[in-house]
Amino acid sequence: MFRYLTRRLVLTIPVLLGVATLVFSLIHLIPGDPAQAMLGEGASEADVVQLRRQLGLDRPLAEQYFAFLVGLARADLGTSLRTGTPVLSQIVERMPATLELAAAAMIVALAIAIPLGILAAVWRGTLVDHTAMTLSLVGVSMPNFWLGPLLAIVFAVELGWLPVSGRGGVGHLVLPAVSLGAALSAVLARMTRAALVEELREQYVVAARARGVSRARAVMRHAFRNSLIPVVTLVGLQFGAVLTGAVITETIFAWPGIGRLLIQSIGFRDYPLVQGCILLIAVTYVGMNLITDLVYAVLDPRIRYQ
Amino acid sequence: MTKAGVLIVGLAVLGAVVGPWLVPFDSSAQELALRLEGPTWVHWFGLDELGRDVFARVLSGARISLVVGLVVVSVSAVVGTLLGSIAGYYGGGVDEVISRMIDVLLAFPGLLLAIALVAVLGPSLVNVVLALSLIGWVGYARLIRGLVLRAREFEYVQAAKAIGAATPRILIRHIIPTTLPALTVQATLGMAGAILSEAALSFLGLGVQPPTPSWGTMLNYGRAHLLDAPHLTVFPGLAIAVLVLGFNFLGDGLRDALDPGSQSRSS
Repeated sequence: MFRYLTRRLVLTIPVLLGVATLVFSLIHLIPGDPAQAMLGEGASEADVVQLRRQLGLDRPLAEQYFAFLVGLARADLGTSLRTGTPVLSQIVERMPATLELAAAAMIVALAIAIPLGILAAVWRGTLVDHTAMTLSLVGVSMPNFWLGPLLAIVFAVELGWLPVSGRGGVGHLVLPAVSLGAALSAVLARMTRAALVEELREQYVVAARARGVSRARAVMRHAFRNSLIPVVTLVGLQFGAVLTGAVITETIFAWPGIGRLLIQSIGFRDYPLVQGCILLIAVTYVGMNLITDLVYAVLDPRIRYQ
Repeated sequence: MTKAGVLIVGLAVLGAVVGPWLVPFDSSAQELALRLEGPTWVHWFGLDELGRDVFARVLSGARISLVVGLVVVSVSAVVGTLLGSIAGYYGGGVDEVISRMIDVLLAFPGLLLAIALVAVLGPSLVNVVLALSLIGWVGYARLIRGLVLRAREFEYVQAAKAIGAATPRILIRHIIPTTLPALTVQATLGMAGAILSEAALSFLGLGVQPPTPSWGTMLNYGRAHLLDAPHLTVFPGLAIAVLVLGFNFLGDGLRDALDPGSQSRSS
């Protein structure tokens, strides 16, 4: 296990370096002078020169890259052009809201997906199965930037049951979480079904049934528990989709998380903040994938010995 | 479900190609007196905030979605197949370099890198296609690399090598054709993904810019009228969901037909 852990950690380093390099190059992909683009056409030459110096854009590229990496090592992501505050502190301030939304979306997704997947697997090939799988395809196809406003129209505007935007109590969380979790639930339902179908074919399930164990018990106590391994893995791997979806969901519901901060900073051409948000989301995603891999290795020893 | 997929995609293509000529309204013609009017017998999907016919704009938007999907999938599939085959066939250092590039791009969740790229390049249709293609090839390359790794060990490939066939010929004539079924499935599902991504970027204001009708842009502008004109949100969103569902149905059906292994695994 220790060897697997070490190998997996070592393999993450070049990926993180690649992520940092790509995020660093973003600012240099801006057509023309990045400093001019950030300040707008009407900016004075003096201001442009000042910003160029402030961002280090007047230095050789290699030197800029090295300074960027050193900054990262010191947890310094630069300063927001709009507010003048450190990028990291702004992101850290917004992080709990995004994590809260992501966790709630995951809970919603699992609450829908697990029963749907079990029903489809147990009644494989029947109308129940076809309906559940068609529903899951509909869920995957429904964009959250449509589902979100639709939910808002029905539950906030027409019925007035839930608040339409902002962050507050549990009520504020319901619509964004459902909107974000719906597509994920569709993916998880398909995986739950596939994994459970495989397990139900295993001999230990057949043996349990032969011993007189009831169908429900054979499914829930034996097959379902083992089928959870790929489902748990997929939950981890889908974390990235949730983070990306959060960018859209937070924008729709004015949820004060990193996603909304990213879109706002793009609007203000606050590129250091854009870079910081992208970097933090990507690093969180890589970290989540790493944790998922490690948990998978703990759950399934065959992975460690490959 | 496959038939439903064919029907939906077929109707969407037909609507996109001939639809704008069949509808008596131009997608940019304005009737300001009737702005935000709901669906009627004359204007089936109602009118938008500038008095433009929403049905005509949805049909024009289908063109954008299908063209973006087609270009992104074509570019991604060609680049991904090329790099994936090279990595899988040659292995060694070339494979290492391409695989690490894939790893780094996969470290960015889904649409995030596209958002970042469009944010710096500027919002436009061309930049959306560029950004989605830059992240799109990775999935194809990973798929093809795996398939080529397997195919290069086939006896007929070894035989072709033994009689001195040139590498490009082996790849093009003997190896890449074996990847076509999986590539077709990936491309069909990729159409759904590209259409959703374009709409998402346009919804965020980073994609197609007004007055060009795009479903994502229409949804973005519809947000301001959730209370007084919900039809501006309902119809463009429905169009996206139905078309994406069509491609998903088709992709699923093709996977079952072309990859019997996956069928037995999932049933």
